[in-house]
Amino acid sequence: MTTLYIVLGALAVLVLWVIAAYNGLVRLRNRAQEALSDIDVQLKRRYDLIPNLVESVKGYMAHERGVLENVTKARTAAMQAGGDPLQRDKAESQLSNTLKTLFAVSENYPDLKANANFLDLQRELADTENKIQASRRFYNTMVMDLNTRIQTFPTNFIASSFGFAAQKFFETTNANEREAVKVQF
Amino acid sequence: MPNLYTNKESNIHKTWLLFAVFLMAVIGIGWVFTQIYGNPSILIFAVIFSIGMSITSYWFSDQIVLRMANAEPVSRENARELYNVVENLAITAGLPTPKIYIINEAAPNAFATGRDPQHAVVAVTTGLLERLDRSELEGVIAHELSHVGNRDMLVSTVAVVLIGFLSIASNFFMRSLWWGGGRRDDRNGDNGILLLIGIAFAILAPIVGTLMQLAISRKREFLADSSGALLTRYPDALISALEKISSDPTPLPVANNTTAHLWFEDPFKDGPRTSWLHKLFMTHPPVEERIAALKGLKV
Repeated sequence: MTTLYIVLGALAVLVLWVIAAYNGLVRLRNRAQEALSDIDVQLKRRYDLIPNLVESVKGYMAHERGVLENVTKARTAAMQAGGDPLQRDKAESQLSNTLKTLFAVSENYPDLKANANFLDLQRELADTENKIQASRRFYNTMVMDLNTRIQTFPTNFIASSFGFAAQKFFETTNANEREAVKVQF
Repeated sequence: MPNLYTNKESNIHKTWLLFAVFLMAVIGIGWVFTQIYGNPSILIFAVIFSIGMSITSYWFSDQIVLRMANAEPVSRENARELYNVVENLAITAGLPTPKIYIINEAAPNAFATGRDPQHAVVAVTTGLLERLDRSELEGVIAHELSHVGNRDMLVSTVAVVLIGFLSIASNFFMRSLWWGGGRRDDRNGDNGILLLIGIAFAILAPIVGTLMQLAISRKREFLADSSGALLTRYPDALISALEKISSDPTPLPVANNTTAHLWFEDPFKDGPRTSWLHKLFMTHPPVEERIAALKGLKV
């Protein structure tokens, strides 16, 4: 009789642990999901700022049509790439690069650098760039927590039997993306 | 890497533990009082009063402290760089952007308060903005945001409730001894020992409680330093900010004993403090120890 109670008790503890471990994994996965959609918010902000930038620069940079077109194209490509920020990471970093070229070229136009509207947009975009990085780092932290839980003993058994998969990190693939857009005053 | 979730949970657990200890202490002291006086109603009133006061001060901590420090709110427009630094670090930490205030004081310092991340407040002095460069400012703000994310306000408030209660109880006990001294003769002999225990407890408890509160405060500072450094991934900036702030001799007149533990660095500059006895009564760990801890940090 006592043995039966002990076995039943142990079983109950085990079931409770499985429930707690499963719920913990779900919570971590949802946090990572939320962090991913926060990146989207910042990326959208960048999409919104770019048309204004192109508009304010157009008059000054008549000879640099190609640079402006690249920015517009990269923006459209990133917006149409679809999927979550992780899946369109390539298109987004392409956009970052074209913006960087635009700001580098704008150094040659003193009139443009005297334009308050342009300077304002430049600052906004630099800040948005920082915010994109910040939200990516937050996502990476969340993914690290999730992946650690999925890969460590004993939760790895729960994770594999309920199909929790380790998620990917954001990595800065090209070296010049490590630095945000430089702002010169 | 620290975020909104990691330390919050352990802090909330610890707070419940503190509350449990607190309740047991109340029941224990109530029992001693009943044994000696046969009537604990005044004590119960005192306890309810002290809990009520502390919860009020916790709930309105942001407004109270800001009023005390003469802090002015700022918006994105009139303090762009500060605003961006705070906003970006809040995103990295996964916190909502706190309200940002500036205190018009030459002494470089900062604090964070608020009952939860939704009501969090970060305030910096104008001296801090003038003297620190951007990365150092980021270090300081990351430290303050770590306090918010770690729910340090909750822990310290509960600690203050505990100390406040202990002081009221011991004060009350000592006074009643003075005024009601004659009554104990009617009772049996056991009361003599209980009374002695009571006196010893009444003297020691508030002191031990205060030391505990200060020890908690120092521990939270170390933790916020390391969480903040992990947030910016650049402890050197925080180190140089600490050096600049601690070497600055300007006094901070808006700080006082009730708010001292909130600031980024001890607002009272009273020369080098090295004796262990002095350390016991400090709200912040010595700057040298904070710097040494940060230098040993692997980011």
